[in-house]
Amino acid sequence: MIHSAPATTLAAMGTVVVDVMPKPEILDPQGKAVRSALPRLGLDGFIEVRQGKRFELTVEGEVTDEVLAQARRAAETLLSNPIIEDVVAVTAVKRCACGEGGCC
Amino acid sequence: MGARIGVVTFPGSLDDRDALRAVRLAGAEPVTLWHADADLHDVDAVVLPGGFSYGDYLRAGAISRFAPVMDTLVDAAKGGLPVLGVCNGFQILCESHLLPGAMIKNNHRTFICRDQVLSVENTTTAWTSAFTTGQRITIPLKNQDGQYVADERTLDELEAEGRVVFRYQDWNPNGSRRDIAGVTNVGGNVVGLMPHPEHATEPGFGPDTAKGPRAGVDGLGFFTSVLSALVR
Repeated sequence: MIHSAPATTLAAMGTVVVDVMPKPEILDPQGKAVRSALPRLGLDGFIEVRQGKRFELTVEGEVTDEVLAQARRAAETLLSNPIIEDVVAVTAVKRCACGEGGCC
Repeated sequence: MGARIGVVTFPGSLDDRDALRAVRLAGAEPVTLWHADADLHDVDAVVLPGGFSYGDYLRAGAISRFAPVMDTLVDAAKGGLPVLGVCNGFQILCESHLLPGAMIKNNHRTFICRDQVLSVENTTTAWTSAFTTGQRITIPLKNQDGQYVADERTLDELEAEGRVVFRYQDWNPNGSRRDIAGVTNVGGNVVGLMPHPEHATEPGFGPDTAKGPRAGVDGLGFFTSVLSALVR
């Protein structure tokens, strides 16, 4: 007999990833600091580094259109400031409750 | 009792005590306001103090902007209530869209703390009537994210409408566009600036001046200005 795993580990969790970047015309002091540190590691081929933010918004169950719409609203109101940043992507990804990919 | 001026404390506010003290030194009644309390307790004006509310997580001022007190304050400010935002308070006003533009990290990427010379460019706001146009004042500046940015169109509008209230003099300490240190809204009741007037209101505790060490009280004019605006 095959024992079924507890229901909680089978319930898939949906995650929406929101990527935010400083606008191209805005100076990115953090990216500049990272860029100037790279040659110290012998990595001198990178002429520019820009640093952004990645948010992972997780819900129970599937990422529905409603969830995506709410994530977009979050991205445009709280997660980014349109004066200095662009929301470059709002993407649904599937996550498993077990914490590993590919099992559900 | 005279005018009641509220100072909002957020988690991570640093200069709320100094702001309350400045209000008292100017002759008004200081009122403590709390970020989680939407009630403004019948104050006649509000100061959003400096500090690092919510640790500057996400962006400086971004999380405080959604505090319960801010919903009430945004409405009251749109109705003409005088509001002064200093440093983190300026960042919160920008995040609330009560003032245009935004603040990013200083262009030299380091924290800065110094006595800064400013020129007062607009003396018609609720917070600057005690000064003369073009007057040079010295008040402390201390911040990490003090670089004022806005798109060119917004900057041109601000200049054309006389809404640049303060400009850095002698040296631009953070890369702010057009040396802007502070701006106002269309109504002139909301003013935000990065430097700290509340730290220059009492002899012995202000910037050094020709009169003596720590004798500078150029910040007091902000608070006496709003008092006379309230009397009018």
